[in-house]
Amino acid sequence: MQLVPYLIIVPLVAAFLIPIAGKRMKDIPPVLAACASFTLAILSCLIAAAVITCKVAVYKVGNWPPPAGISMVADSLSCLVLVTVNTVAFLVAVYSIDYMKKYTDTWKFYALFSLMLAGINGVLVAGDIFNLYVFLEIAAIAGYFLVAFGVEAESLEAAFKYAVMGAVASVFIFLGIGFLYSYTSTLNMADMAAFMTMNNSPELVVFVSVLFLMGFGLKAALVPFHSWLPYAHSQAPAPVSAMLSGVSIKVLGIYALARIFFNVFGFSHAISSILITLAVLSMLVGGLLAFGQTDIKRLFAYSSISQIGYIALGLGVGTPLAIFGALFHLVNHSIFKSLLFLNSGSIEEISGTRDLGRISGIISKEPVTGYTNLIAAFSICGMPPLGGFWSKLIIILACIQANRPVLAFIAAIVSILTLAYYFRALTPALFGKEKGEGGSGQKAGWAMAIPMVVLAVLAIAGALLIVPSSANGAHILLKDAASVLTNGKNYAMMIMGAM
Amino acid sequence: MSPIQEKGMSLIVKTVTKLTVGFILLYGVYVALTGHLSPGGGFAGGVIVALAFIHVMLAFGKEVALRRLRSQTLRVSIGVSALIFLYIVMAGFSGRSIFNCEITIPICEMAIVGFGLFAIFTALVLLSKTDKDAE
Repeated sequence: MQLVPYLIIVPLVAAFLIPIAGKRMKDIPPVLAACASFTLAILSCLIAAAVITCKVAVYKVGNWPPPAGISMVADSLSCLVLVTVNTVAFLVAVYSIDYMKKYTDTWKFYALFSLMLAGINGVLVAGDIFNLYVFLEIAAIAGYFLVAFGVEAESLEAAFKYAVMGAVASVFIFLGIGFLYSYTSTLNMADMAAFMTMNNSPELVVFVSVLFLMGFGLKAALVPFHSWLPYAHSQAPAPVSAMLSGVSIKVLGIYALARIFFNVFGFSHAISSILITLAVLSMLVGGLLAFGQTDIKRLFAYSSISQIGYIALGLGVGTPLAIFGALFHLVNHSIFKSLLFLNSGSIEEISGTRDLGRISGIISKEPVTGYTNLIAAFSICGMPPLGGFWSKLIIILACIQANRPVLAFIAAIVSILTLAYYFRALTPALFGKEKGEGGSGQKAGWAMAIPMVVLAVLAIAGALLIVPSSANGAHILLKDAASVLTNGKNYAMMIMGAM
Repeated sequence: MSPIQEKGMSLIVKTVTKLTVGFILLYGVYVALTGHLSPGGGFAGGVIVALAFIHVMLAFGKEVALRRLRSQTLRVSIGVSALIFLYIVMAGFSGRSIFNCEITIPICEMAIVGFGLFAIFTALVLLSKTDKDAE
């Protein structure tokens, strides 16, 4: 598959051209970033269309056969996340054209944004575990700087916390990779999986699993490791929050976790119970802490922790239906959480504050932001016709089907909890009487409005992903992606077969 | 004496710097040019070229060094060398003859490692805001 490496090359070219255009030509960096992410969205759709028919695309770098050479793998799971990520990234890039105008030196933002996109795409197509780590670091380091982009005291503090925690996570992951390499003497994930099936896994693998759980759990902000997220996601500029919350925690955390634990180690009972414990903790703690928040972006950040819990719960339960639900929720959550964060940026511009007590009457002040925010909130709360409802329903049904009624009950309770805190926070903000104080009252320009509308449409259309039909490519991709994870270590056979 | 000449180190250091900077630069370029043949490669070349500018900075103060070398130049050289790096990556991908030409690869290798390292190293030292001179 010749197109796969371009997923990394295109954003890197943009990232390096932007500093050359630099300060002098102010209009070029945003256009370059938007063009690059648009190209990526198209590329990932093309690759996904090819993968629907051929199941897996392997690219051998320099035509060296793996495991000696480096391979890039785009299977259904990668493609599902690739399409989601690059679509969201393109819309966020368009949104930032208008939003970033109030900052100075915006070319740095676009360069880092493209670099982060390169890292995220790299993680998704990495065929060997060390490349996965390298791209994960590229995305994470670009993320640290993007969080600090406001250079106010709070954003610098948040970035510092994120950087320290992220570095600790990276050390755990790196250590784990080192141990794993010493045991399997290969870095290629398919080869590693084949080695694991042939040999009994010693206690070293248990130790490595714990290291990976800590490392990727920290990147995914599962509860005992979540403390950086509310700071980083609330202090970053709105487009960055949308990228971090919508895309970054899922790819760097959940995707990498799922890939390694399901496809390389093989899913075991122990990992299942650990994932379920972390997931339940995340859902409850994130949901309960969201109640006390007065800052709109902190509220969204805590709700991210809670929703990541749902995804981890689906993966932890581990039945085909649960994994399907988890991946479906991952796609949905990417869409509506990035929409919520883009909304928060536009709300901040309209009312000049992020304090929920002082935001009011957004719908009458600016209908586009207000109504799109309403749709996103409905979707995340699980209102029936929207995507979020179906994914949560599938996860709850899967818990019942797997004979775990307690988990189903907790998932349902947290869903009600989500509804409660969004209702409490957003009703006065959206419908409340206009107080007419503060803020520029400035309306969002077209570049900010269009991405929000498109994301709102996608949040509604997300429900279509469960319609089983041979014409519905997205559904087939989602089902294939779930089966990649359910097949577990057969991943090795699949990759070897494609080579 | 102008304020710029008052800064930096003594007359002896300044005179020696003036005499040696050219040679250091030349040596750096030589190491970078033969980078593909020697151990360490263009890496050392980039560092030596960067050291020439740091030498000027130590002797004459930051302002003189910055007048020779603007941050825009550094940014462009980082960008260009990274792009050349990408070009080599793509050469590996495509495996076509125009990319795999035996002359382009060493030149590119020298360019990226030399330019890139020079620019990064200089940017880190020269443009750091912690220095008192930056006030």
